[in-house]
Amino acid sequence: MSLELSFTARNVLLGASLLGVVGGVTGCFALLRRQSLLGDALAHAALPGVCVGYLLTRSKSPLPLFAGALAAGVIGALVILAVVRWSRIKEDGAIGMVLSVFFGIGIVLLTYIQKLPFGNQSGLDKFLFGQAATLLPRDLQLMALLGGLVLLVVVLFYKELKLLCFDPDFAASVGFPTRRLEVLVTLLLVTVVVVGLQTVGVVLIVATLITPAAAARQWTERLSIMLLLAGAVGGAAGAVGALVSATVPRLPTGPVIVLCASVLLVVSLLVAPRRGLLWALLEERRAARRIRQENLLKDLYGWQERRHGDWFDLIPWPMLMGVRGQSQTQLARLAAPLERRGLLARIDGGVALTQKGFAAARRVVRKHRLWELYLARRLELPSDHVHRDAEVMEHALSDEAVGLIERTLGYPELDPHGRPIPREDAA
Amino acid sequence: MQPTLVILLVAGCVAASCALVGTFLVLRQMSLLGDAISHSVLPGIVIAFLLTGDRSPLPMLLGAGALGVVTVLLVELFNRTKRLKEDASIGVVFPALFSLGVILIARYASQVDLDLDCVLYGEIAYAPLDVLFVGDRVIGPKALWVNGGVLLLVALFVALLYKELKLSTFDPALAGALGFSPLLLHYLLMSAVSITVVGAFESVGAILVVAMLVVPAAAAHLLTDRLGLMLTIAVGLGVTSALLGYALARALDASIAGSMATATGALFALAFLLSPRYGMLARGLRNRRVGRAMREQLLLLHLRRGGDGLAVPQLAQRFGWSRQGLEGVVGRLRSRGWIESVGGGIRLTPSGAATIEASGQSPLRHRDP
Repeated sequence: MSLELSFTARNVLLGASLLGVVGGVTGCFALLRRQSLLGDALAHAALPGVCVGYLLTRSKSPLPLFAGALAAGVIGALVILAVVRWSRIKEDGAIGMVLSVFFGIGIVLLTYIQKLPFGNQSGLDKFLFGQAATLLPRDLQLMALLGGLVLLVVVLFYKELKLLCFDPDFAASVGFPTRRLEVLVTLLLVTVVVVGLQTVGVVLIVATLITPAAAARQWTERLSIMLLLAGAVGGAAGAVGALVSATVPRLPTGPVIVLCASVLLVVSLLVAPRRGLLWALLEERRAARRIRQENLLKDLYGWQERRHGDWFDLIPWPMLMGVRGQSQTQLARLAAPLERRGLLARIDGGVALTQKGFAAARRVVRKHRLWELYLARRLELPSDHVHRDAEVMEHALSDEAVGLIERTLGYPELDPHGRPIPREDAA
Repeated sequence: MQPTLVILLVAGCVAASCALVGTFLVLRQMSLLGDAISHSVLPGIVIAFLLTGDRSPLPMLLGAGALGVVTVLLVELFNRTKRLKEDASIGVVFPALFSLGVILIARYASQVDLDLDCVLYGEIAYAPLDVLFVGDRVIGPKALWVNGGVLLLVALFVALLYKELKLSTFDPALAGALGFSPLLLHYLLMSAVSITVVGAFESVGAILVVAMLVVPAAAAHLLTDRLGLMLTIAVGLGVTSALLGYALARALDASIAGSMATATGALFALAFLLSPRYGMLARGLRNRRVGRAMREQLLLLHLRRGGDGLAVPQLAQRFGWSRQGLEGVVGRLRSRGWIESVGGGIRLTPSGAATIEASGQSPLRHRDP
């Protein structure tokens, strides 16, 4: 692949990246306001507007077409609002209806125009799937102007839009004009649709809005960072899509951009720190391992308690295998990291608590028994019903919570089964 | 068979089966899942094409139907991760699958006899030309067989599971408690939607299927409260818009499917404005009538409580009503003989007093003469 881009490829690259950035940023608001498919409806609704714009001016210059798309998008949004407000049709039905009927009207106009004597080369059908290769510098100028306007509005009204996304009721109660802000968001969406008409077409624009925003959402809890990330994801998907479709023959730009963004979304869903699914899976396994380790320590403690022996005596493996039905290999694998942390000592044929391990085991047992007593005394559960719940809570309770429970119960000595409750370590 | 007749029959079948499943989509507030399915069956169709090498309908129905169910599964998978809300899940799944389909078509254009534009708005005009062979014998237009078969399947589905669908649509919890699995019904319905969409795809295209699914059902929802009637009305409206759309397309020499979608929109607009119960007009009239009755009652109550003899301007000020509005109320009450003018003011007549006594606190019930 040569690094020299042709004139067309350069235009496509610029247009696709621009659309990606603007669409990603604006899509965040649609995503957070749970209006993802409003963008789809507005995009489809733009088609008849484009056709009317062409019919009125009979020119292919972008301005009238864009103006028509803008007007039709706004009308579509108003129709959705009116149908939801004044009939029993819910938002999903209203969106589906506007989307398909406006598109139908657009198709009628499109086929009508194509049969007119002057309409033959109108090239309006490129707005269906987009035809990025037909982007001209004057189109790019208009796209840049509109895109810049969108970004400017987002910066200027950042605070208001943020409040609208996260707490519209509060926004209304402190006197923000929420109605007008909602209209503003809709106008932003329509403008993005207009920016994307020629590059990805009306059918796929929704993906340039929602997919980058959804990907960005996985990485952060802050709106400002989400906006930047969504812009970056959208821009990257646009650029990569444009380059790929320029290099490989017969690969339409719009769909490639959409697939790039989708790949980025799937990757984000999997690996984004904290929210990512792989991350969550790892977290879950780590928690499960900690529970197994705590159980082992607790079992060692219980064993010595019953034997009234020395806390630090060796316990042979076979004795432990009986407690939870684990094999010796499983137990040894469980014990290894504990030994590394200095909680256990492995001696031939068995295992023993260290001083540190004894303290850790005491903490678990303490939580278990205090919780049992709490359930029995405060919630008046029968004492044979409290063990199972305590098996769970012993791994979940914090030291502070347990301290509070102990204080509320008046520093008790024995649990409901008559076993001693360990005190908090002095150390 | 006459080409026109074939087109109308195909369109009628498409409209009817779409209306049947669409009714449940609208009632369950899942219209947009229908939209998603209608887009994402595209790669299924293309793959079936590439595998079989021709347009035999059965593999296509199966391939695309499977993809419809995959769409629903994917959307639910994204939902269940709780990382995406449902609208966003739909909004990311179907463009990706649709893009895949478009790319496949572009890459294998020589093998796949599918026109991209037709993906969007169908090619019902060619339905009479594309005939089905059994051996060497022509047995009629393929689209008619396919969509007739789909209609039969869908009608059977709705008829056999009518009770279950009804219950799980209006009270999913009760349906579950009674032992009908709402989940199973959900997937059966989604399969029915997929099959309908695939059948209709070639004739009216991806997006106009959505019009046929959603719009007649939504209009029917404004016209009745009974499920059985709603299904019937939806089918009626769907078929009517198919006929009207065809006429419009002939008049304008424009896309048939597009015109049909436009017609569904026009019928919905009529229902939206004129529905006897839920229409804008009826609602406006009802609001006006209730408002009038309220104002009349207020005035009568006021007069009974000793507001007698006041002049209209003073009353208007006291109530905060416009002068003309109050004069209207006074005029209507006077013509019924419930109030009369004395000097410069108005007062209750005996019959007016009896009326307000009889009505208690409930609104006055009367019809305009």
